[in-house]
Amino acid sequence: MAAVGEAGGDPAPGVLPPDAELVARLRGGDETAFAALLDSWSRGMLRAARAYVASDETAEDVVQETWLAIIRGIDRFEGRSSLRTWAYRILVNLAKERGVKDSRTIAWSSLAPEDFGPTVDPSRFQGPGDPEPGHWRRFPAAWPSAETEVVSGEARHVIKAALADLPHRQRVVITLRDVEGYTSEEVCSILDISAANQRVLLHRARAAARSRLEAYYATSASTAGVRR
Amino acid sequence: MSCDEFVELVTAYLDGTLDEATERRFAGHLAECDGCDRYLDQIRHAVRTLATLPDQSLPAQARDRLLAAFRDFQRP
Repeated sequence: MAAVGEAGGDPAPGVLPPDAELVARLRGGDETAFAALLDSWSRGMLRAARAYVASDETAEDVVQETWLAIIRGIDRFEGRSSLRTWAYRILVNLAKERGVKDSRTIAWSSLAPEDFGPTVDPSRFQGPGDPEPGHWRRFPAAWPSAETEVVSGEARHVIKAALADLPHRQRVVITLRDVEGYTSEEVCSILDISAANQRVLLHRARAAARSRLEAYYATSASTAGVRR
Repeated sequence: MSCDEFVELVTAYLDGTLDEATERRFAGHLAECDGCDRYLDQIRHAVRTLATLPDQSLPAQARDRLLAAFRDFQRP
């Protein structure tokens, strides 16, 4: 895919030059360029690594190993993917190795049983004997803050807990897509999965996250005396 | 389109990967079903919330170590 200038699409944009320039500067030992890269990618890398390994400490180790591999390997970067995708592939490989030691690794090539079936409880829809089979029995309740752009600290807490409870692969995909803001092409390329499988994993993860927020807002609405 | 079909297509819709005929059916249903309109909004809200999660950063010591490693690397 896009080989040059993809860093401009980074969720924290504006600081990094295009790939070609960046690579040349790294090869030339430009410390400012390296520091800029380190500061703009490390957070996302930590989060991505954390999706594979069991602790924050291990995730930090993996990210440090990744940067060392980038330092040693930048001369071999051929520009066939963006620099960021290349870096993330290194990260994912190292994280997977650690994940094996943590015995948390799962094959990515095919979907697992937890990736199938409806994402919304079928009992929320009318059955064959009802007037409109397949339609909502009752609409999802309105959320107090869904119309506003404001996200409360508590909602963030809920969503963080929801992430932690997701099956491993769903967590990795939703982390890269929705938390880090990667495109589906980038995620497929980093994880080496098909677009269809990526979408299934993302879809299930988002539905689960929504459902956790729904439960949270239902509780907070009832305590605040708000009706649906 | 029924609501139970709609809810399984929201991600493909948001990614713009529905085929034309399905996208038309999806949009048609969206226009006339308040429940599904709300469901789609809530998925968007969940995605927005995910995007606001605070970042963990690399400890300063690790950052210094990596900068030193970059500086000391023997380039050909």
